[in-house]
Amino acid sequence: MQRETLFTINTIYREPLHIDGIFFGEGEKALAVVGALRGNEVQQLYICSQLVKALGERERAGRLAPGCRVGVIPCVNPFSMNLGKRFWAADNTDINRMFPGYAQGETTQRIAAGLFAHLRGYKYGVQLTSFHLSGDFTPHVRIIDAGYHDLGLADSFGLPFVMLGKPSPIDTGTLNYNWQVFETNAFSVYSKETSQIHEESARRAVEAIFSFMAAQGMLRGVGDADGARQRPRHFHEENLVTVLSSQGGIFLPRRAAGDRVEAGDALADTLDPYVGEMKERLTAPRAGIVFFNHDSNLVGGHEVAFRIIPDL
Amino acid sequence: MAITVASAQLPVGESLRIQKNRIGPLDRTVPHDKRICIVTGTHGDELEGQYVAWRLAEKLNKNPWDLHGVVDIYPALNPLGINSVYRGMPQSDLDLNRIFPGNGNGPVPEYLASEMVKDMQGATVCIDIHASNIFLRELPQIRISETMADSLVPMARFMNMPLIWIHASATVLESTLAHSLNSVGTPTLVVEMGVGMRITREYGEQLIEGIFSLMSHLGIWGRKTPPTTPPIISSDWQVSFINADHSGIFIAEANHTARVEEGEPLGFIADPLSGKVLEKIASPVSGLLFTLREYPVVYEGSLLARILHGTP
Ligand SMILES: [Zn+2]
Repeated sequence: MQRETLFTINTIYREPLHIDGIFFGEGEKALAVVGALRGNEVQQLYICSQLVKALGERERAGRLAPGCRVGVIPCVNPFSMNLGKRFWAADNTDINRMFPGYAQGETTQRIAAGLFAHLRGYKYGVQLTSFHLSGDFTPHVRIIDAGYHDLGLADSFGLPFVMLGKPSPIDTGTLNYNWQVFETNAFSVYSKETSQIHEESARRAVEAIFSFMAAQGMLRGVGDADGARQRPRHFHEENLVTVLSSQGGIFLPRRAAGDRVEAGDALADTLDPYVGEMKERLTAPRAGIVFFNHDSNLVGGHEVAFRIIPDL
Repeated sequence: MAITVASAQLPVGESLRIQKNRIGPLDRTVPHDKRICIVTGTHGDELEGQYVAWRLAEKLNKNPWDLHGVVDIYPALNPLGINSVYRGMPQSDLDLNRIFPGNGNGPVPEYLASEMVKDMQGATVCIDIHASNIFLRELPQIRISETMADSLVPMARFMNMPLIWIHASATVLESTLAHSLNSVGTPTLVVEMGVGMRITREYGEQLIEGIFSLMSHLGIWGRKTPPTTPPIISSDWQVSFINADHSGIFIAEANHTARVEEGEPLGFIADPLSGKVLEKIASPVSGLLFTLREYPVVYEGSLLARILHGTP
């Protein structure tokens, strides 16, 4: 295990911003795992730290396959994380919209370029990521359809769902899109939480990465490929059923990500915030598994309250 | 007449409304199939357009008989941003100008964006007024993607803006309001002028003259307008970008919108802690200093200036 500084930016009145990677093994660039690109991705940072700890144990036990290099970058953005800001704290830009970066450009373009110079050329790339809507996800692997993807490979994470999504124009600046452009098999692993640590789902994410590594021959020995027994369901993002709120108020969810629901089941009640009367009951339009739930106790009208993976 | 274009309930006793002021011809005998949309307030920290929206309505209210078409003024596409000194949409931290054309079945920002496009689509022309950001001060200019140059430059010439900047098209810019409207055949010109969080009245007046001149050309305004200043068109020249190589405090020495000579000092980056100068910035070319850093705190990579140069 070696720790290396991949990129440094000086700042006025603060210590230099270092982006550090932790590396295991020597040889071909096999797998890179990137954690918090945004300053609120505490769960993603936690998952990486647990992954590094467990990879260290496996390295000491001689279980890493020879000839492959594995890198983990737990936090790209301590500059913002230490301030409690999601985006680059100086100008509110999102590093994950700046890839492949531009070394002569603006600060976050330079950070993206500096980081991507190291991340290019890996055979596999995993990003632990979060979504712009505040809410919980059922754990899944998301792959964007950017021309270089293999849904079958994602099965070996052993997570219950693999979702294929079409990139929107702004997705073309994400790490995963650009990894694919440069022929890295890229996966986004979504865990339950973002700014709060959820230990159980973090443990699952670490196991998923080990299960993937074992299936691709990066780990030797038994015990790390157990998750792969479960064959995940593949679906396209467009097939998710969205449940929108129509009323604003106090939001009391009755179901959460991962739950099974039948058509007509109550998903949440929205109450008048002054008099407590129910303004709206949201129900499941279809039977399926709750994929996403809005997690704030306030809701506006026309918000995405739930997303459901409908039964086939 | 104030018209609500789209609305969504907020959680507690309020609705978010996107409003426009529709000013139509008083003389019902003139055909009013022509419509101009004046749009601003997409970024809550850009306020130059507030002056223009007010001034245009004020002038039209005083001379209603000269109006031969419909003028729709949308002063605030992002009302919550304007109310909270915030560039993006405050609840989701999304940049409204990166989610067009929106999605009627999506979350609030995308829903509102789709309603805005529906409302503006079909206009004879749209003018989308921006004010750079809080970091950079801009010479009044029209920005046009090179793919739209042939159809938009002829209209842009009426706008009384000293510069028409024709820039390379970029995939991320496909999510802007202007791109969305242009791609459905509604010609849309983007104005960038001044600086965030401030109003530069002189620029506002200059643009007002341009809007009347374009309206007169299109037959929406019944009076003759004085000739406008012919613009510089960027495609005839080159644009040089100057970025900081050090983090510190930028002190400008050159005057914005001045002609600068090669080697002339543009400014320097100071370190107030040590009393040292970290970097002196000299102009790499002779030309027009059309963009200049306004916000003094800079990082490695921060844009300091843009200069238009070369020989046409
Ligand atoms: Zn703007």
